[in-house]
Amino acid sequence: MSMTMHAGRRRLATIGLALSYVLLVALALIYIYPFLISISGSFKTDAEATQQPLSLLPATWTFAAYERLFTSVPLLQWAGNSLLITVIVTTGRVFFDSLAGYALSRLQFRGRAVVFACLVAVMAVPNVVLLIPRFLILKELGLYNSYAGMIVPIMIDAAGIFIMKQFFESIPVSVEEAARIDGAGVFRTFWTIVLPMAMPALVTLFILSFQGSWNEFAHFVVSRNDPDLNTLTTGVASLTSGQLGSGNQYPLQLAAAVLMSIPVAVLFFIFQRRIMSTSEGGEKG
Amino acid sequence: MSRGIRGNEARYGWAFTAPAILIIGVFLVLPILLALWVSFSDWNGLGSPLGNSEFVGGVNYAKVLVDSGLAQRDFGTSIRNNLYYVLLVVPLQTALALFLAVQVNRRMLRGRGFFRTAFYFPSVTSSIAITTIFIFLFTSSGAVNQVLGWLGVNGPNWFADPRGVLHLLLGGLGVDGSGAAAAGGPLGLSWWDWFAGPSVAMCVLIILAIFTTSGTFMLLFLAALQNVGAEIEEAAAVDGAGPFRTFFSVTLPMLKPTLFTVLTLGLIGTWQVFDQIYLTGRGAPAKTLLTPAFLAYDTSFSDLKWGQGAAISFILFGIIVALTLFQRWVLRDRDAGRAGRRREVRAVARLHRDAESVRAAGTAVPEAAASEGRER
Repeated sequence: MSMTMHAGRRRLATIGLALSYVLLVALALIYIYPFLISISGSFKTDAEATQQPLSLLPATWTFAAYERLFTSVPLLQWAGNSLLITVIVTTGRVFFDSLAGYALSRLQFRGRAVVFACLVAVMAVPNVVLLIPRFLILKELGLYNSYAGMIVPIMIDAAGIFIMKQFFESIPVSVEEAARIDGAGVFRTFWTIVLPMAMPALVTLFILSFQGSWNEFAHFVVSRNDPDLNTLTTGVASLTSGQLGSGNQYPLQLAAAVLMSIPVAVLFFIFQRRIMSTSEGGEKG
Repeated sequence: MSRGIRGNEARYGWAFTAPAILIIGVFLVLPILLALWVSFSDWNGLGSPLGNSEFVGGVNYAKVLVDSGLAQRDFGTSIRNNLYYVLLVVPLQTALALFLAVQVNRRMLRGRGFFRTAFYFPSVTSSIAITTIFIFLFTSSGAVNQVLGWLGVNGPNWFADPRGVLHLLLGGLGVDGSGAAAAGGPLGLSWWDWFAGPSVAMCVLIILAIFTTSGTFMLLFLAALQNVGAEIEEAAAVDGAGPFRTFFSVTLPMLKPTLFTVLTLGLIGTWQVFDQIYLTGRGAPAKTLLTPAFLAYDTSFSDLKWGQGAAISFILFGIIVALTLFQRWVLRDRDAGRAGRRREVRAVARLHRDAESVRAAGTAVPEAAASEGRER
């Protein structure tokens, strides 16, 4: 009796598993297929991309879209701007966020609680609400249409400081106290002892900052209108919205979208383990 | 606490936080004050708003909220559009994320890593790239309509179709916009207009939002599911509960804190749609894609009505703050158990993983972190 019940239950479980495989494969296809046909679409002719959008392999391969991107479209300039901004913003965020996070978690000073409270309040301001205010201040300071205006406002983020503060609080104080008693200064203790221990949090902050600044769009819409300061996001947006006479040239738009996604995709696959750390052994630590 | 070691800490404390205070002060606090002034002034965009404008009181707010006219109508339309967007995106993305998390959490499932990657990848790409792809997918002869064609369905011209979905349904039942429905409703829109439902074009953006955020929220649910642990579910199974019963009576209640987090992040994020609107035709077709976030930008930068645009920004801010307070109120009596700091950090980090959703979710980060902590 109990044997048959067991067998029955096992068969039910097997059927359930098979069903969820079918479902998951179908869903995964829906999630991945758009990216695949976008890549293949970028190698199609304009006519084929419009008429045969579903095929995974172009009937006639053409690199025309990529050629145009590198000749008549200033894609390299956009990429250069994106790279410059991303490198500076990421470096700035990792350094200044950890500096401030360390001070807020470890250093005793009057007003620390107030500074932290203000920080939390600042995090409550949604980004889209800041568009007009940021434009106004950049105009006021004469930073509109400059790299400084595009970079400095997003170079420190309250959320990053928050992450670092929380992490530093998880590190035992004893190590740094020993260093300080040995006569190391505050900055040296922070730089040579505490920061290396914060590697996991720094990596997280690096991923977030890189992805955030590479994909940033709205801030670059309001901080410049000079075409020479286009980043990949604003540049590709002008292609997609058809501003450069690119109305129905899907291969061109798709090629641009594919190229601009490569750095973030590479980052994602390098740090995949970390990003998906929930998957295995999320319980360690 | 010897004075020698602690003595210069204050100096270092301020020195370390100075860059952050300076930048946040100059590029966040100051601008908000400046914009607040502009929203109460008649500044026309020429010169500096300080000195070139007069205080006009609540005129800009009144134009948007009270005075009947185009400004009010546009604002009402944007609120209606966004309302339907929120109503559909938030529950659907939450349900899908939870479903995906439960599926890829199965221990017997092979290729879990592959499935997780597949579902999470859309969250990583930029809104510009993914919107470009969606415009390509949803053209009149695009991939989606071809697939619908196989099923014998004649797909609409998605991004060019301003017809409201509810209007289409009601039209099928023979109901039209005459009679009581034609009477004026709030914000300059007739009740018939309020009940248009999302336009066909808006449906694409709704699908886009679900597509890009479900992966992020799946990871949140996955983390929570792993904390629940398989043992409890197995125990429930041994006690004779079926899989559905186990899920709804055992697993789901334990996921409640994460569920709240996801709902809040979604609720806040969905009121901030901007990039997608900018790309798909600045509110077209027939303003059915207009959102308050985009309307604020457009009113200021295109129509040069800076005061009015700033006013819309602050009204939107008000809506988002109200939603955050509502969430706090819902969560008010929860016991804040002290969990290990490290776990808390990891919970925060997990939350922040997707920069897009971080920015979208600025408001909820501290609460979310706290509620993530509570669930342990």
